[in-house]
Parts: sequence; structure tokens; C-alpha cells
Amino acid sequence: MNELPQQLVNGLLLGSMYGLVAIGYTMVYGIVQLINFAHGEIFMTGAFGALTVYAYVLPDGTSMWVALPLMLIGAILVAVTVAVGAERFAYRPLRSAPRLAPLITAIGLSLALQQAVWAWYPGAKSARTFPSIPGGPFEIGNVTIQTGDIFLVAAAPLSMGILAYFVMRTRTGRGMQATAQDPDTAKLMGVNTDRIIVIAFALGATFAAVGSVAYGLKYGQIDFRMGFILGLKAFTAAVLGGIGNIYGAMLGGLVLGVAEALSTAYIADIPGMDKFGSQSWADVWAFVLLILVLLFRPQGLLGERVADRA
Amino acid sequence: MRQRSLIAITAALAAGALTLTACGSRDSGDKGSDSGNGGGTTVVIGVDAPLTGDLSALGLGIRNSVDLAAKQANKKNYVKGVTFKIEAADDQAQPSSGQSNATKFVGNKDVLGVVGPLNSSVAQSMQKVFDDAKLVEVSPANTNPALTQGDDWQKSKTRAYKSYFRTATTDAIQGPFAAQYVYKKAKKTKAFIIDDKKTYGAGLAATFTDEFKKLGGKIVGTEHINPDTKDFSAVATKVKNSGAQVVYYGGEYPQAGPLSKQIKAAGAKVPLVGGDGIYADDFIKLAGAKGAGDLATSVGAPVETLPSAKEFVANYKAAGYKEAYAAYGGYSYDSAWSIIEAVKKVVDDNGGKLPDDARAKVTAAMQNVSFDGVTGKVSFDEYGDATNKQLTVYSVNGNAWKAVDSGTYNGS
Repeated sequence: MNELPQQLVNGLLLGSMYGLVAIGYTMVYGIVQLINFAHGEIFMTGAFGALTVYAYVLPDGTSMWVALPLMLIGAILVAVTVAVGAERFAYRPLRSAPRLAPLITAIGLSLALQQAVWAWYPGAKSARTFPSIPGGPFEIGNVTIQTGDIFLVAAAPLSMGILAYFVMRTRTGRGMQATAQDPDTAKLMGVNTDRIIVIAFALGATFAAVGSVAYGLKYGQIDFRMGFILGLKAFTAAVLGGIGNIYGAMLGGLVLGVAEALSTAYIADIPGMDKFGSQSWADVWAFVLLILVLLFRPQGLLGERVADRA
Repeated sequence: MRQRSLIAITAALAAGALTLTACGSRDSGDKGSDSGNGGGTTVVIGVDAPLTGDLSALGLGIRNSVDLAAKQANKKNYVKGVTFKIEAADDQAQPSSGQSNATKFVGNKDVLGVVGPLNSSVAQSMQKVFDDAKLVEVSPANTNPALTQGDDWQKSKTRAYKSYFRTATTDAIQGPFAAQYVYKKAKKTKAFIIDDKKTYGAGLAATFTDEFKKLGGKIVGTEHINPDTKDFSAVATKVKNSGAQVVYYGGEYPQAGPLSKQIKAAGAKVPLVGGDGIYADDFIKLAGAKGAGDLATSVGAPVETLPSAKEFVANYKAAGYKEAYAAYGGYSYDSAWSIIEAVKKVVDDNGGKLPDDARAKVTAAMQNVSFDGVTGKVSFDEYGDATNKQLTVYSVNGNAWKAVDSGTYNGS
């Protein structure tokens, strides 16, 4: 049986989740040149926000079709609150400091958020079960799509479309582009850059929250460390796609996801490579790909060559 | 001015982050150590297990069971003039944490024995530290044969560390036992092997593979997964397309649960079989409804069915621990009790007092310990392995593990 279509779908699903999280890295970087290492943890708090709504706010036995939109709102509320709080109290005071200071702050914040959830969220010392959508998997030809992935299939392109519309067509979106190009000039032209930066953080957190609900539905469990590896992968996706470019983030995510799935499936079949083909090597191949791309296109797949950035 | 307040905030945040991290590793260490009081000498039994993180369900069961053993010994005044106390350290299933805990235990002169760890990979980092200090270590859960019989155990067995003992049976027995059950009793001839590349998982998968091939079974695929990820869809698709009748997984339940779920979701309706590392209630929770029929082998006969275990189960309930005793409760109790027995022997031989070189004496006494424990007869062979070599196959049935077959594996 041909396993390629299924592996491609596996990779694209994983990749769209990377992409959703990568948008947050790329937007914040595009505007303030900060690598927000706490973004993976913002993703994680989003998942716990959704779980809180399901487990502690809604009555037991609420249908998933009713619960899911509310969980999504819960996830977005929590993630945006954490992200905006982080911006206001941890990053804004350091905006004129050397680049390394906010970077280290981001790492500290990432640890603090992990430990805070670990310490105070009920039952978070081990994995918590995330609710799932009832109903069997869907078969299209010989490709199976899990029920939990339906959300991702719908949410990823939809949120991408909304984001593109927002950035290209609205006044605030154009303000963001202006701030990204030249914050000082934008300020002189009457753009409230502080506000734009907060919006960038909030938007990034919103997409991370959508991604976190997708994660919970896909894997059925969440834990306080879920954001670390995923955040690292999403950051890689953002760099791969060209950091600062929102389409690049999505593309980078998809390429990374597909690369992981295909290397798991096929590298072992190459003669002499059977030792390097298992899933545990998938990360290695993903990074080999990253290095190759950066060798030939240092600005990433869709990044623009800008003299003083990236 | 502004600049200064920024620095203050950063510093405060960084300090906050560090404090919280520190809390993470310290917090659970000091709980549950107040077992009894009274005069005389205090002997501390160290416990090293993952008390937080993915494997905490197993680790907390170990800690509580050791605590129970100490309390029972104090209550019965089992060793006259000696009060037992436990000190639990969290290794988070990390070899590096395990080693620093070991160093901490060695530094505390009151510690005369340590129960733990859960993970074979952690044990590897601790053995030498304990052996150098002649401090006895009894693991209720390590199953890697190399820990007692040396890296070259398949060809020539040599015992590297005289202070290391275990009440659990080894993978050299567990893997083949599972292979025999799968091939002979469950009549599955095509297996897909997956492991997590850790000492425990890889060892188990290798011994299963050898025996399964020897019996005439066919290995239709091999995979190694990355324990850090939760996405096994690519592997699941491979399993489906391999035509395997059974998946053998060498590893632990945090990965095994989602793996089982994703394999079944991908359309492969085959059972996942694993070792004692997946024999935990959390596996059933993680694998979901389709996990029914998944199998696990675990050391010893089911704790609940042994008459000697009834008392343990009752006492455990009476003590009111928050967490279940889990897969290794009985073995942990027996591990702790073997230390208590060894201490008793040493104290009795020395006229009711602890000698100056108590650690070395306890380690020596351990070799000859023999008593009827929770899990049956507890004693150790010349390598420090348990002489009790019974194993049981469990199957997921509804929301619980149900014993389906129990037996002793006689080498091949």
C-alpha cells in the first residue's frame, strides 16, 4: 500500500500546528526584533486555559460542539493576557536595553511560566487529559484524518486568512507594517508604536492559543512542558520560512512537519541508512534541512534580504 | 531612573524564575519523611524516584510504600533502639538529578540505605556513587540486566557494584516472557518493535526481539521514537502498513499511551504489548477507549492476589496516602524492608548498637537477607538480583489492568 499520501497528511497536520505557533515568533520579531522564547509557554498556558473552561467552568457532559468555541475563547483569553502582561512588565521596560537583556528575560519568563503552571494548576504535575471530539476518523481514499485533527484542518487556513486580511487591509495592520519597516519614522507619522507592539504580542498569542487547542484535541493530553519542544520547533519553522514574514512562518511550519514525517517514513529505506531513519532521527533531518536552506537562502524561504535585520 | 527600574524588574523576574525552578526540585523532597519518633538512633532510608513529571504516578507510589515500611518498622519497634525515617528525593527520571541525589544521600551520615531509582538509566548514574560510599541501594523497579550482571551479561556475567540490589526481575526475563506469551498463547507471529532508546526500553525491546525470532516469529518493522514528542502519527502509519499483528513497545506509559492511541487511530487494530513501564493506570487513561486488549508484563504475581500482600494493601489504605501504590508499591515496600532487615542484623550483631562502619556492614548483611515479603520470598542471588522470578501478563479491560496469565520464565 502506498503510504505517501498518509505521511504527507501527517506531516501537513503537524506542520500547520508548528505554523500557528511560529506566527507569534515571527510577528514579534518582525516588529521589535525580540526572539520571544516564552512564546512556547504562552502556547502552553493557552492549552490550560481551554482545559480550565472545560473542566471547571462548563457543567459536566457539555457537548463538545458547544464547549469547543468556549474553550477556544478561554485559551485565547489566557494566552493573550499572559502575552500582553509579559510585554508590559517584562519586555517594554527593556526595550531600549541591549538585545541580550530581553532575550534572557524571555528565557527566565519561560521557566517561570512552566513552574507556575506546574506548581499551581491542579493536577498539572503529571499530564492532564484533554477532552476529545466524539466520532470516528474520516477516510478519504486511503488517507485517514482523525476527528481531533478536523479542528486543525479548519482552523489553520482560516486563521491564516484572517491574519493576512488584517495585516494587509486594516489600518492597524498597515501600522504594523510601518512599525516593522522603521519604528522611528512610523512614530513620527503618528503611529502609536506601543499599541502596535502590544497588538503584535496579542495576535501571536491568539494564534498560539488556537494551536494549543488543536494540540490538545490531537494528542488528548497536555502538560506543563508541552510548549518547550514545540516552541523550539515553531521557532525553527519561523527561521526556515524567513523570520519576520507571516506567510513564511506558515510555510516553514508545513515544510518542517512534512520533512519530519517523510524522514521517519522513508530514510530507513535508503540502503545503508536504516540506522538513521527512525522517528528519533526526524529532528536531526529537520535541522539538516534548516541548515541547507539557510546556506542557500540565509534570509529563509520567504524572508526578504534586509541589511540591518535578521 | 527608568533604566534602574528596568534592571530591578529583570532581576526580580530572573530571581523569581530561579526560585520557582528550585521549588520544583526541592518541594517534594521533604514531604512524608516524618515517620515516627522516639529516642535512640535514627536511621534514614533514602528514596530516589521521579516524584514529579511524567512518571510521578510510579514514583510517588514508591515513596509512599517505603514510608509505610518505615512506619511499620517503627510501630512494631522492629529494630530495638532504632527509629526509621525516610528522606525522599526527586530525580525527575533524569540521570543527572539521580546522581546529585545520590551524592546528597552519601553526604548524610544517617542514611544507611536507599530505595530506588525507578529508571534503569538513572540507576546507571547512581551505582558508582553509592558503591564508593559502600551505601546499599535497592531498586524496586530497575530491570536492565547490565545493572547487576555487567554490560557483557549475555556472554559473561560479572557483578560490578556490590552495593546494588534489586527486588525487580530483569528484562533478560521479562522480554522473553512477553515474547513467549505473544507467540505461543496469543498466537501472533508478526511483530513491530518500537523502543524509546532509553536503557530500559531498548533493553526490553532487544530481549523480546531475540526470543520472538527464536520462536519462529517475524519482525516486520523496527522504530525508535523520541520520548520528547507526542506526535507518533508517522510511526503509526508505518505500523499500519507493515501488516503487523502486534506491536511490542519498550518504554514507559507517557509515550506508550499516546502511541497506542495513535496506532489504533491510524487504522491498525493490533494490541500494543509492553513491559512493567506501561503497567500503570495512567496508560489506560492516555491510550483511551481503544486501548482495550493492550498487554503489559510485570514482575511478580499480582500484588493483590498474594496473601502476603493483603496486609500491605490494607495498611496502605489505612495510612491514607493520596497516591496509589502503583506498579512498584509491593516491591518498594520489600526493598525498604530488606534494608530494615539488614540494619536489624547489623544492630543485633553489634550488641544493640550501630557500629561505626554501619554502611559497609549493612551492605554485607544485605546479601544474606531473606524474608517473606509482600511480593513473595525476598532474597538476592550472587549478582544482587531478586531470586523471585515470577512474572504476570496483564491486559487492559475496561478501566483497569486485569491479570491474564502468571508464570515463571525458565531461561532459554
